[in-house]
Amino acid sequence: MSTRQFGQPIKRNEDPRLLTGRALFTDDVQMAGMLHAAFLRSDLAHARIRSIDVQGASRRPGVAAVYTAGDLGEFWQPGPLLVPPPPVEQLEFHQRTQVPLARGKVRHAGEAVAMVVAESRYLAEDALDDIFVEYEPLDAVIDLEAALSEGAPLVYEDLGHNVSARVTQTKGDWTQAESEADLVIRRRFLYDRGAAAALENRGIVASWDEKSQRLTIWDTTQAPIAIRNGLASMLGLSERQVRVIAPFIGGGFGPKIMMFYPEEVLLAWAALQLGSPLKWIEDREENFFATTQERGQVHDAAIALKADGTILGVKDIFLHDAGAYAPYGLTVPINSQCTLLGPYVVPSYHSEFTSVFTNKPIVTPYRGAGRQHGVFVMERLLDLAAKELDLDLVEIRRRNFIPPDSFPYSNEIIFQDFAPLVYDSGNYEPALERALELIGYREFIATEQPRREKAGERVGIAVVNYIEGTGIGPYEGARVTVEASGEVSVATGVGTQGQGHYTSFAQVVAEQIGVAVSDVHVVTGDTDLFYWGAGTFASRGAVVAGNAMHAAAAKVRAKILKLAGKKLEAAEEDLELIEGRVQVKGVPQTSISLGQLAVEANPMRGAVQPGMEPGLEATEYFGPERGATASGVHAMILKVDPETFLLEIEKYVVVHDCGTVINPLILDGQIQGGVAQGIGNAFYEQLHFDDNGALLNASLMDYLVPTASDVPNVVSDHVVTPSPLNPLGVKGAGEAGAIPVGALFAQALDNAFRDIGLEVREIPLSPNRLFELVTETAAREAV
Amino acid sequence: MDRTLDRTITVKVNGREYERSVEPRLLLSDFLRHEIGLTGTHVGCEHGVCGACTVLLDNEAVRSCLLFAVQTNGREVATVEGLDAGPQQLHPIQHGFWEAHGLQCGFCTPGILMSLVPFLEQNPDPTEKEIRDLLSGNICRCTGYQKIVEAVQLGARLIQEKSS
Ligand code: FES
Ligand code: FES
Repeated sequence: MSTRQFGQPIKRNEDPRLLTGRALFTDDVQMAGMLHAAFLRSDLAHARIRSIDVQGASRRPGVAAVYTAGDLGEFWQPGPLLVPPPPVEQLEFHQRTQVPLARGKVRHAGEAVAMVVAESRYLAEDALDDIFVEYEPLDAVIDLEAALSEGAPLVYEDLGHNVSARVTQTKGDWTQAESEADLVIRRRFLYDRGAAAALENRGIVASWDEKSQRLTIWDTTQAPIAIRNGLASMLGLSERQVRVIAPFIGGGFGPKIMMFYPEEVLLAWAALQLGSPLKWIEDREENFFATTQERGQVHDAAIALKADGTILGVKDIFLHDAGAYAPYGLTVPINSQCTLLGPYVVPSYHSEFTSVFTNKPIVTPYRGAGRQHGVFVMERLLDLAAKELDLDLVEIRRRNFIPPDSFPYSNEIIFQDFAPLVYDSGNYEPALERALELIGYREFIATEQPRREKAGERVGIAVVNYIEGTGIGPYEGARVTVEASGEVSVATGVGTQGQGHYTSFAQVVAEQIGVAVSDVHVVTGDTDLFYWGAGTFASRGAVVAGNAMHAAAAKVRAKILKLAGKKLEAAEEDLELIEGRVQVKGVPQTSISLGQLAVEANPMRGAVQPGMEPGLEATEYFGPERGATASGVHAMILKVDPETFLLEIEKYVVVHDCGTVINPLILDGQIQGGVAQGIGNAFYEQLHFDDNGALLNASLMDYLVPTASDVPNVVSDHVVTPSPLNPLGVKGAGEAGAIPVGALFAQALDNAFRDIGLEVREIPLSPNRLFELVTETAAREAV
Repeated sequence: MDRTLDRTITVKVNGREYERSVEPRLLLSDFLRHEIGLTGTHVGCEHGVCGACTVLLDNEAVRSCLLFAVQTNGREVATVEGLDAGPQQLHPIQHGFWEAHGLQCGFCTPGILMSLVPFLEQNPDPTEKEIRDLLSGNICRCTGYQKIVEAVQLGARLIQEKSS
């Protein structure tokens, strides 16, 4: 091939459409006779519904229908459990999933109670004011520990307690580790909730076509195929009658894979009832209640070490905030449990968690999906241990790294994909070294920091490690077709929310077929164009769908060579694919274009021979036996304003190992965007619920998402340890930027305030909270 | 439904004149997107914070979710759809974004581009700090802003090259 496509920083195929305002997002779908839905949501987090009076709303001009739970009949069903509990012994699990409209009781603020359908969104929202609901307020379950205490109010009375699940996983013998240890450190760590806050809110358009007997849904989902299958079965339609299109999506980050959102099932159902196309677009305030969130956990953790810093074991007992319903099973807390072990040799591990129902919005994975907590706990424990043992923060980590020759490395416990937690590959030392070099660790500690501190500045440095299980199964597929124009069309089932799949997948295919990346047209997320798939989550698009692309393209390449060999009367080994043609190596005169070959492969006369298929097309699937383990190091230098406690991030370094890189430009973008979200999570963003479960900051005015003035430039570099588990050698990268940032902030702030012995044990922080922590610590020091 | 309060407005959008009868409470963002079908202008918050809905009103960047359509009567609006001269002829700022990977999901992009048009007219050679200050009025949840800053720098250079 003349030029390489794979691994190059190629600009994106999808951009011209996005840049000119011509890309279709869900709210851009416009249909004749379309009606609009709006939802009446509970202001109370926990209350019995005594009565709902919708008469006034129904009578309003322009209102087509008003529905409450009672109107749904048989269709009213709790949603499916998306991920069953993993095969772990003695696991306790109580399934409670979300309902389309609240019946009898509301369990979180923002839960939908009624749906209005009207001629415009304005009218539908007007009509909400005419619905009267009589509630009997109940005490709300907010605090995780209080939720488990005797006599606590109950999210589910029939359950008799607020436990969603209990899981214990162990390796080795913690008790022995503890007894043999020179040092045991115990602490409590807190992590609180944030919102993914994708810039595009959710939305759905549903349209039933009576003539073709088909339902078409445009949905801001990360999992169109699963949505199709689920809706078809709920509505009693065949899967072939339902087409789900996930068009351009304005950011996903996890919550858009949650299913089935009440609005998803209701819009589809009501479109069938009414026979009119129907649209619902979430507004920003609704997004803070009705879109899923993540991150509330309380950890009581301990680490046992030898005097030289060698880890003997870790014990961690934690509570996980599941919210009011738990459709995603245990994915998030299992990730916390498994990610805690990090890149370190931890001979014994006892991890026990209780997932707790609360009267807060539903929790499902949000970028990182529980991994943040694990990394935070482990990295903090190591920081504290280093301090006690008078070791350098970097040295204690290095001493505990899993050596590069011990992969695959088994951590024995079960991961979120139900496979044992086995790291496929890794090489941690070079990445750490590189990060130290880029941040200037030694010079900073030795000279810069003392000098600046003398001048009255408060500056801190931090370096943390993490691993990330990525690219889990079950599978994805791809179909690659060479068209008569010589251009290549590619379809896959995964949806895309800005990750550049139209380009990175095209690069994988272009590499095999010898065409320009811009001549490969990728379609994602239209169930009519590709039938099978699981969805975009867990940093798996590039790994799983990418390898399916590779396999399908390789098969098409073989077909091309075979047919071209015949046409050009040459041996296949003597042919090359170059710039859209097949030619005899070094003899451009003897060549045939791919377009011509595509036509020849689909003859109008004669017979396709037995065992042969028409066309230059192939469909292939890829299912990894288990996930690929990415890893990395983040490092940072920050300055604290002594008056305002605002932070200035002076330098931010990421050295990342996600195996083979398909497109470094896109990868850097993913890392930088992840870091920005991590910074928001660490220092700006926190959802504040009061004791009654009311969310106090449900707007972008009060919930602070980082802006261009808050986020630094990230210096990034890559170490490449290809995954042996897939032919491309890739590992996922979508979440890496966000995962270790909380741990990094904590370490840097401890470092900046080491004179008073600050110990940050919670995330998110804020200037206020930092001020409080510093003041408390200083006061304690003083006595 | 009562439409007696509707007002007729005439507004020029991207050089083309539209006459429509609208409810006084109709937001400019909804007018652009749903009345005249220019869906390139996006809506991320409807309370003036995210900047996704930014358009030009008589050449000044405004948030179309904070204006009523009736307020544009007799005036000129420019949206992202009017920026390029056809799919093959992107505006230099759009080129900057394409080359520098200044967008991921692209939802924030139209609003950012429209904020930049008057900004770069007034500041043809902005510093990184100036660019970041300007951008802090627009939320991007995907990129971390770094490549947007690079895209603006490149876009500014391309504009200068074009005019020289
Ligand atoms: S939609 Fe107008 S500023 Fe956010
Ligand atoms: S690119 Fe997605 S919000 Fe900016």
